[in-house]
Amino acid sequence: MAAFLLRRLLQTVPILLAVALIIFILFSVIPGTFASSMSDDGRSVIDVQVMERMNKEFGFNDPVYVRFGKYVAQLVQLDLGTSFRTRQPVTKVLAERMWPTLLLTFASMLFSIVVGVPLGFIAALRPGSWVDTVSMVGAVSGLSLPKFWLGLLMMYLFALVLGWLPSFGYGDGSLRYLVLPSIALGVAPMALLARTTRAAVLEIMNADFVRTARAKGMSERKVVQWHLTRNALVIVLTTIGLQFGTVIGQAVVIEKLFSWPGLGSLLVDSVTLRDIPVVQGAILLIVLSFLVINTLVDVLCALIDPRIKYT
Amino acid sequence: MKIRANLLIGGILFATVVVAGLLAPLLAHTDPVMDANLMYAEEPPGAEFWFGTDAQGRDIYSRVLHGARISLTVGIVSQLINTIIGVCLGLSAGYWGGWWDDFVSGLTNLMLAIPSLIFALAIMAILNPGLTSLLIALGLTNWSFTCRLARASTLSLKSQGYVQAAKVLGYSDIRIMLTQLLPNMLGPIIVIGTLGMGGAVLAEASLSFLGLGIRPPYPSWGSMLSDARDQITTAPWISIFPGLAIFVTVLGLNLLGDGLRDILDPQSRTRRI
Repeated sequence: MAAFLLRRLLQTVPILLAVALIIFILFSVIPGTFASSMSDDGRSVIDVQVMERMNKEFGFNDPVYVRFGKYVAQLVQLDLGTSFRTRQPVTKVLAERMWPTLLLTFASMLFSIVVGVPLGFIAALRPGSWVDTVSMVGAVSGLSLPKFWLGLLMMYLFALVLGWLPSFGYGDGSLRYLVLPSIALGVAPMALLARTTRAAVLEIMNADFVRTARAKGMSERKVVQWHLTRNALVIVLTTIGLQFGTVIGQAVVIEKLFSWPGLGSLLVDSVTLRDIPVVQGAILLIVLSFLVINTLVDVLCALIDPRIKYT
Repeated sequence: MKIRANLLIGGILFATVVVAGLLAPLLAHTDPVMDANLMYAEEPPGAEFWFGTDAQGRDIYSRVLHGARISLTVGIVSQLINTIIGVCLGLSAGYWGGWWDDFVSGLTNLMLAIPSLIFALAIMAILNPGLTSLLIALGLTNWSFTCRLARASTLSLKSQGYVQAAKVLGYSDIRIMLTQLLPNMLGPIIVIGTLGMGGAVLAEASLSFLGLGIRPPYPSWGSMLSDARDQITTAPWISIFPGLAIFVTVLGLNLLGDGLRDILDPQSRTRRI
């Protein structure tokens, strides 16, 4: 089991290196550097000598392959470089922003699982009923809603009109600040989970082993508990794992809307300012979180379903 | 054939948005960019301004209509680019196999590991904000599902008798792929394309909302919502209509995709997600 987990985690290393290469190449073709973009913004004029010194300091005068070699060598030592803007180590900048993003991601996934999975289950147990129709219409609507619009409307209603919750910010990180952003972010995965759960349960309901269980006279409660739930859980868990990646990606917009001090808002600000080491680091961290969560989900699936072998 | 409700509703919603976009210059009351008048700033919806006006006194109804053109252009063109890339890579990988298949499969897995919005954001960072950049960013980041589907379909189709017959008749590889394999996998690809179009409309709105897509004063629904944030207390209607337009467009495309899937791939009806 431990060997399986270790092997799966090691498999993420080449993917991370490839992502690092892609992101590195992408930012190597940017016309101009951070120094030149600072002077292009119309607000500041940078002396040619200062720009030359900055280019030398950040290594922009080196050929691309030399820069990539240095970057990988640093990466192996868990050194992501120094922020062009704040001159702080990127790892420190990212560490400060990681927790709010993880908090938001897990809270919105929790919301989507708690609401979406039971909804899909109930809908599948009564196919064609009004519960099924209403929940599936709700699900397709939830998938079509722009998150930031939903967030904006909720902010207006619950924060500005009713005054129940704070409209933006992280505050002390308490639940009150977390509610609106996590629901806005969690509605789409909730809708997808409801649809996936319904589809999975419907498919299993027609399986031979369920028919056999019923024919043997097993009570409906036991059929649901022993056969439907456990078998549907593997498909649902896999979807949850994949949704984590999407949610971490989509958190960018919600973090910006609610001024949430996470990785996403850091990424957008750094993109605008061309703070390349921070952008590279943030993307790598987001991809790493996605890969680690999916590996853990795979392990969980193997634990739940004995048919999945540790290979 | 009985027309399913989702196909009908989705078709009507999407057709409405297409017609609104095509006829925007005729239906709009004012120029969406130039006709700013601070005398009419933040007017609520009424007989003169159907959807109200924004902080610069521009007619929101006219801007929402013109915004449909941007959203539809981005949705259709970027998804077309994704579909072409995905089909070319998936079809050739499935048909030729070998090192090319390994390379394409590795690339697809890599693309699936990077959240598409983050990747599009990174591409937008190196390009100047604008329509062409958006088409490139969204057209290059969402082809992995189409590629997987095309590859899987090719693998199951290439052993069929008619493909073997075409080989015996001396058809070239490219001709077999285009005339024998592609037409037989078109159904699921159209479904993925339709659903992907909805995703592209949402992604465009998100990037424009973040200030990395279409820049103001051009009326993209996302950038309109970004502008509306500051007026949410004094003029909430500025936020309502562009968001509603995005919702209706994406809902139409999602329903259309679901309906097409029911017709083109009836077996998936129960396992639909």
